[in-house]
Amino acid sequence: MKDFSREEIDYVLDTAEKLEPVARGEERSKLLDGKIIALLFFEPSTRTRLSFEAAVQRLGGKILNLGSVEASSVMKGENLADTIRVISNYADLIVLRHPLDGSARMAAEFAGVPIINGGDGSVNHPTQTFLDLYTIRRESHLEGLKIALAGDLKYGRTVHSLCYALSLYGAEMTFVSPPELRMPLEIVRDLQKRGLSIKETDSLEKTIGDVEVLYMTRVQRERFPDPEEYEKVKNRLKVTGDLLRSADPNLKILHPLPRVNEISPEVDSTQYASYFEQAFYGIPTRMALLALAIGVIE
Amino acid sequence: MKEKRNLKVEAIEKGTVIDHIKSGQALNVLRILGISSDFRATISFVMNAPGARGKKDVVKIEGKELSVEELNRIALISPKATINIIRDFEVVQKNNVVLPSYVEGVVRCTNSNCISNSNEPIKSKFSVIQSEEEGVTLHCLYCEHLISENIAENLL
Repeated sequence: MKDFSREEIDYVLDTAEKLEPVARGEERSKLLDGKIIALLFFEPSTRTRLSFEAAVQRLGGKILNLGSVEASSVMKGENLADTIRVISNYADLIVLRHPLDGSARMAAEFAGVPIINGGDGSVNHPTQTFLDLYTIRRESHLEGLKIALAGDLKYGRTVHSLCYALSLYGAEMTFVSPPELRMPLEIVRDLQKRGLSIKETDSLEKTIGDVEVLYMTRVQRERFPDPEEYEKVKNRLKVTGDLLRSADPNLKILHPLPRVNEISPEVDSTQYASYFEQAFYGIPTRMALLALAIGVIE
Repeated sequence: MKEKRNLKVEAIEKGTVIDHIKSGQALNVLRILGISSDFRATISFVMNAPGARGKKDVVKIEGKELSVEELNRIALISPKATINIIRDFEVVQKNNVVLPSYVEGVVRCTNSNCISNSNEPIKSKFSVIQSEEEGVTLHCLYCEHLISENIAENLL
């Protein structure tokens, strides 16, 4: 995600906005007519895969699916480089999801067609970041945004790349997490070096009144060796109707989903909830990335 | 009386002398240059030799002049090393090693989940960053992992 300039990100988001009526099914598009998109998912990610499938189909393209890894040549010991070289001959673009860090970059070295990184390893998930940015732009605003990122900030890859992208727009960021799951120090330093104002706290109550966007993430049970400790943290970082009484009326709450119980269901029907809309915005964003990468929009 | 034998490494007629290597790093210098048991030229080295600026290691490679690109890799583990090219027992060229901006296939990425540590037909690739505070840092061009410590222990 760090490879993208602000101008490039804006261009993708502008394109997504133009394609939004198509994503909603209000207009028809043949942008990917006659194009074949291969979806190579080496680890399960139903939501990302389905949203790419929907994006391709809304643009009139055809999908080639790897199917299960167990049934493929990967189980016969074929390396990813060879798989990519072969599939390059079958499709016009490859969307790759792979458990190893840097696999998408390597795939791009071997592919004869464009590669879209649908999430590699534990570091990068750029299409998620694009859709997060698009959601913020549509539901709030990007420039000088006051945003709180809450939950698992240590391991949550979506928050790491979102922070870097938001730094291009001069965001004021507050990191809300239990001490065990704080944002890695090198990222905090890096963002401060870019001239950003960063606050760190473990309290949602103290933060909620001062921000325009709250980006929640899931705290995973397996990060805590002590179940009691997990219960405490889980309850401290919970968005409820009570908490939202002191919120800015224009606050928007985002979540990459799936949620467990960090946002209580009573919040869903409030004007603050933008997480289901965010899931929809994955479609126009991925449509834009597909169309730009394949070159049908310049 | 027996003549005292000179155990110090002798001057060489032709080849490369790498001097002022950080003490204890001579074997890593050989590794970083890809010099192993099948290397034909005569190699001699001294470890922990007293020098004007404290202890140092010296490596001499006879009959072979290594390329600047190969030699500059030494800067990753010993940034103050100097390179002397010898012809007819004379130093014809003397340079400091220069930190390269990019290295390929030299260091293993310390992120065990990096694609460059799998069975793929690729070499590790790093951009090299130097800063006054943190010294040399390697930035993996596949997984973006940063390595600033133990570079010598992760030579391939």
